[in-house]
Amino acid sequence: MSINRQTKSAQATSWSSLFYDERVRAILYQVLAVVGVALVAYFLWFNAATNLRQQNIASGFDYLGLEAGFEISDRLIEFSPADSYARALLVGLLNTIYVSLLACVLCTFLGTFIGVLRLSPNPLLSKLMLIYVEIMRNIPLLLHLFFWYTIIVFIFPPVREALQLAPGVYISNGGFYVPVLEWSFDHTMLLITLIASMVVAYFTNKWAIQKRIKTGEKVRIWPVHLAIITLPLALAYFLFTPEFNWNFPELGRFRFSGGGRITAEFAALLIGLTLTATANVAEIVRSGIQSVNKGQWEAARSLGLKGNRVMKSVILPQALRVIIPPLTSNYLNVTKNSTLAIAIGYPDLVMVSNTTMNQTGQAIEGIAIFMAVYLGLSLLTSVAMNWYNGRVALKGR
Amino acid sequence: MTLKKSVLLAAAMLSVSSVAAHAAGTLEATKERGHVLCGVSPSSAGFAYADDQGKVQGLDADICRAVSAAVFADGDKVEFIPTNTNTRFQALQSGEIDILSRQTTHTFSRDNSLGLNFGPIVFYDGQGVMVPKDLGVESAYDLDGAAVCILPGTTTQQNLSDFFRTNNISFESVVFENTDEWRNAFFSGRCDVLTSDRSDLASTKAVANDPSAYVVLPETISKEPLGPVVRHDDDQWLDILTWSVYALIFAEENGITQANVDEMLNSENPEIQRFLGTTGELGKQLGLNDDWAYQIIKSVGNYGEIFNRHLGPDTPLGLSRAQNKLHTDGGLLYSPPFR
Repeated sequence: MSINRQTKSAQATSWSSLFYDERVRAILYQVLAVVGVALVAYFLWFNAATNLRQQNIASGFDYLGLEAGFEISDRLIEFSPADSYARALLVGLLNTIYVSLLACVLCTFLGTFIGVLRLSPNPLLSKLMLIYVEIMRNIPLLLHLFFWYTIIVFIFPPVREALQLAPGVYISNGGFYVPVLEWSFDHTMLLITLIASMVVAYFTNKWAIQKRIKTGEKVRIWPVHLAIITLPLALAYFLFTPEFNWNFPELGRFRFSGGGRITAEFAALLIGLTLTATANVAEIVRSGIQSVNKGQWEAARSLGLKGNRVMKSVILPQALRVIIPPLTSNYLNVTKNSTLAIAIGYPDLVMVSNTTMNQTGQAIEGIAIFMAVYLGLSLLTSVAMNWYNGRVALKGR
Repeated sequence: MTLKKSVLLAAAMLSVSSVAAHAAGTLEATKERGHVLCGVSPSSAGFAYADDQGKVQGLDADICRAVSAAVFADGDKVEFIPTNTNTRFQALQSGEIDILSRQTTHTFSRDNSLGLNFGPIVFYDGQGVMVPKDLGVESAYDLDGAAVCILPGTTTQQNLSDFFRTNNISFESVVFENTDEWRNAFFSGRCDVLTSDRSDLASTKAVANDPSAYVVLPETISKEPLGPVVRHDDDQWLDILTWSVYALIFAEENGITQANVDEMLNSENPEIQRFLGTTGELGKQLGLNDDWAYQIIKSVGNYGEIFNRHLGPDTPLGLSRAQNKLHTDGGLLYSPPFR
């Protein structure tokens, strides 16, 4: 009897001690939180589904296979109104990726350039850059877009009276027209050869550096590189003998046919996105460089390194550690900000989704799709940038 | 901005409160609130346009005033809420507005997949195309290769694609979310062609710097019957809307005007007596006072008066009645009998 009671109380203490155990509690709270979130999500979903059913509103993703019935003119892949909504969304998605990627690349180069100039000892130069940065990052992007679009549309003449800048190069408020090369299989082969030789050159360069580190011997590498790049290219040229035919834009009754074109809407969006993002990148780069201790500059100079070399080999690698994380969020912002395209008529994912939602009335599905897409794009960017950050981050030593 | 709005609307549809808002009883809710929630176009001359006193004027606005007069015996108990083409249906579905009176085309799929009900057609329209005069184009079939400015999510966007596809004409579409951007792109020459309902083109032309520099081409490429819309789940509210519109048409058929409606109270005609509520109890059947129709005509006049006030020959739009004449004059307007 007494033994029995003892075990019982021992069991009780073990249960209650389990409850007071910090780790067990932490897990318990997390489980409760997850269950809570799941319940709320289920409730919202259930409620929406019931509401939609009660109101006789169609739901589900079946509509994606239906014929879209609208035209998208600015596109990277073939699309006709007879294609499905899913393909229309793909066209929009590719447009979004295209403009965001270009804006990210451009803002990185321009931003680094301006960020370095901001630190120039020349007061005129650094003040000019300061003015640029402050103006660009303090005006809302939407106003930028309206501004640039209005400028393009009202300053340049209509397509029929397009200005000719050079033979085959025209500018009008419908866009910018240039001659393009008639691409063929031969050109593709040439391009592949070029890329392959550049990869080889990259590795020989790495080998030369390794050798110099190991033996101190400096290899004259540039003649080797020249040979690696030019010889295969020349060989490929004679092998494939590509024809260089240019496709010139020609003015029809209403618009140019042939040639390449950048539409006014795309140009305005790219300019607006790039200019604001550039200002942010410039500030990130400036702060990154300034975060490197003054002693590093002095130490590098006292080793006899020249100005450019100090920047390239000592300061920038250290500054990068500070630059990369905010740069990542800047890239994410560029991608997300590209949704403002809708204001100036560039068919990005949101615009196509909006049209789709309107024609089908399926707003919840439409918004779910583009939320998932933007989340996916952002996560991809984050993963790539974190990988790069891991490479440049301070290694534990 | 609009993105945010559509997210908000989706959120509203997801939220609990929407269940309550959707339950039948729009009439009770409206009476309690003290005004009708009316979704209109933010700026469309002749249909819903703020005048210099900031009062919303136009055919679409007067439809809501008619309902307000029927419910409150006062045509001005209306809150006008600007909606864009893209979010108008969600605004109605989520209860942000109770009547959508916004040059909305009655179509099969809108009626059946969006959870909506259309009232009677208040304006028989058709899609047209407008070009600058100096383009020298005389027919829509000459437009191969032209850039066309379109508003998204409208029936016009699909009609245009259909029309050009059927006739093997290629075109460049430039789609704008915002009506002002859409017009500016056309006026600046970014687009060669502006397409919309003919009435909308007339109202756009009316606000151009030089209206005579633009011409609406003769082709009508679609049927666009425009009517007010309400939610699917409230028959009483639909009846009130429907018969308020019929009241406007009936009054014109019977020569009852804003000016003579008081005299008409003494009319010997039994149908007019029932209509104005001097005999019978028609209003009760709608859950309204028996003088509901009298109040409508008293505050906005009959259909013909509304048309002439906002769209007719004496207005900047200068539209003729065309299909919007009474059936007795060869038009399409027809009211079922009030008995």
